[in-house]
Amino acid sequence: MRSNTSHDYRIELSAVTKRFSTPGGTAFTALRDVTMTVEPGRFCAVVGPSGCGKSTTLTLVAGLDRPSEGSVRVGGRPVDGIARSTSFMFQTDALLPWKTVLGNVAMGPLFHGVPKKTALTDAREWLRLVGLAGFENHHPHQLSGGMRKRVSLAAALINEPSVLLMDEPFGALDVQTKAIMSNELLMLWDQTQPSVIFVTHDLEEAIALADQVVVMTAAPGTVKAVFDIDLPRPRGAVQEIRFGKRFTDLHHEIWESLRDEVERAYARTAAPASAPAGPAVPTVSIEEVRS
Amino acid sequence: MSRRKLSVVLAQVALLVIVFGGWQLFTSLKIVDPFFYGQPSGIVRKIGTWIQHGTGFGSIWVQISTTLEEAVFGFLIGVAAGVIAGVLLGQFRFLSDVLSPYIKAVNALPRIVLGALFIIILGLGIESKIVLAAFLVFFVVFFNAYQGVREVDGNLVNNARILGASRVQVIRNVVIPSAMTWIIASLHVAFGFAVIGAIVGEVLGAQHGLGVIITDSQNNFDANGIFAGMLIIGVIALVAEWLISLLERRLLAWRPQTATEAAGL
Repeated sequence: MRSNTSHDYRIELSAVTKRFSTPGGTAFTALRDVTMTVEPGRFCAVVGPSGCGKSTTLTLVAGLDRPSEGSVRVGGRPVDGIARSTSFMFQTDALLPWKTVLGNVAMGPLFHGVPKKTALTDAREWLRLVGLAGFENHHPHQLSGGMRKRVSLAAALINEPSVLLMDEPFGALDVQTKAIMSNELLMLWDQTQPSVIFVTHDLEEAIALADQVVVMTAAPGTVKAVFDIDLPRPRGAVQEIRFGKRFTDLHHEIWESLRDEVERAYARTAAPASAPAGPAVPTVSIEEVRS
Repeated sequence: MSRRKLSVVLAQVALLVIVFGGWQLFTSLKIVDPFFYGQPSGIVRKIGTWIQHGTGFGSIWVQISTTLEEAVFGFLIGVAAGVIAGVLLGQFRFLSDVLSPYIKAVNALPRIVLGALFIIILGLGIESKIVLAAFLVFFVVFFNAYQGVREVDGNLVNNARILGASRVQVIRNVVIPSAMTWIIASLHVAFGFAVIGAIVGEVLGAQHGLGVIITDSQNNFDANGIFAGMLIIGVIALVAEWLISLLERRLLAWRPQTATEAAGL
């Protein structure tokens, strides 16, 4: 398997503030003074309530947008646009519906000028790795949600990124499929070792996958706390490790920090007459609070 | 054939018989004057005469091929120009900001009148009709292509950019295929405009074409001739519609099978 020889892709955000102007003409601060570092080859999960600027953080690291203040550096160099070393997996399906599965995965190399034959061979190999051999000529709409995510994963990894950004990639999947996808992601990450920022609102998912969990506050988003996840690797089946003692301890500790933010975000969106958010149970996922 | 489908077809045939049979009957009984309103049998006879003995302007096939040539060339030029302009304006914000008031203004004008100008400039040959047809087609296709480009999912564009696509690659791989649904939808209407452009151009002044024999029929108070010309144009439009549907099915083959909006009407 491929492995990245360049293990120096540290992601550094220092004092990053991002403001958007709303249609009304006022400024909306999505991120305020965010400082965080992801060491090369580490897996960092970012959790926080809806609208806390998690996705904005990713677009800044990806070079799709610029910070209003502060600096974003990847591999020691300021991000000034889309870099070849970065891949991004979007929350919603970003596969091209008019291309076949094979065509979608081969896009990355083809855009970079790799000869068509090589690109298609590589794409076939990646589809085999994500367990989709035999589906090369299907169109995305013919696949299930989980299979489409595998295609997205193959399309993101075929460029051999040193930085992999994931925006709630498995958010729309059912619990079982999500667990399977998480296992596969860990396996592929282990083989390729990119630095990862994984945005999610599922704390269990974050702990199961990551070396480091960053908790962000409700808008404007800023880093509230950073937790190191010292669970040994390889972690094994995501479905099983969550019952371990250390896992539940970590979950409890991080949830304490996250709960205030979720409740604050919820209070802002809920109608005043509704019952106050009761003592939150850790398994109540933040999904309920979204939208 | 299912029972339901059979009854639909039977009802359709019955409707056809009632309309044309009634027309034939009332004109035969002189309740409706066939001199003004024509007569189905007269229309058929007229077409037969044209095929056997030709028209006053030469063989009927020359008239048909002339009109067809004008409509098809006008259609192709108009579609190409409309798609190119739509993609350019959809992609380059500055360009669309500068040009959009003018395009709206030109669109508000009765463009068909320009046919008269084109005949002065380009003469009585097919060129003036091609330009008029292309001009009418352009606007239909342009607005759809422009809208289609503006509606492209930003996620798809960002994803392609991150995967390494250049601006041109994004246009080729994401923007145009995405706008294709809109563009194809406009083609059905656009071919109708191409035929209108060709016929109106011929009516305004030409040596050959279906528009010429329609004008000639008008001058001779020949209602059947007008209907016969109309019928031939209708057949051409139906064939073109069928061809465009074939193209649509081919270009949009990736879409889920449930999309059968064209089958409705």
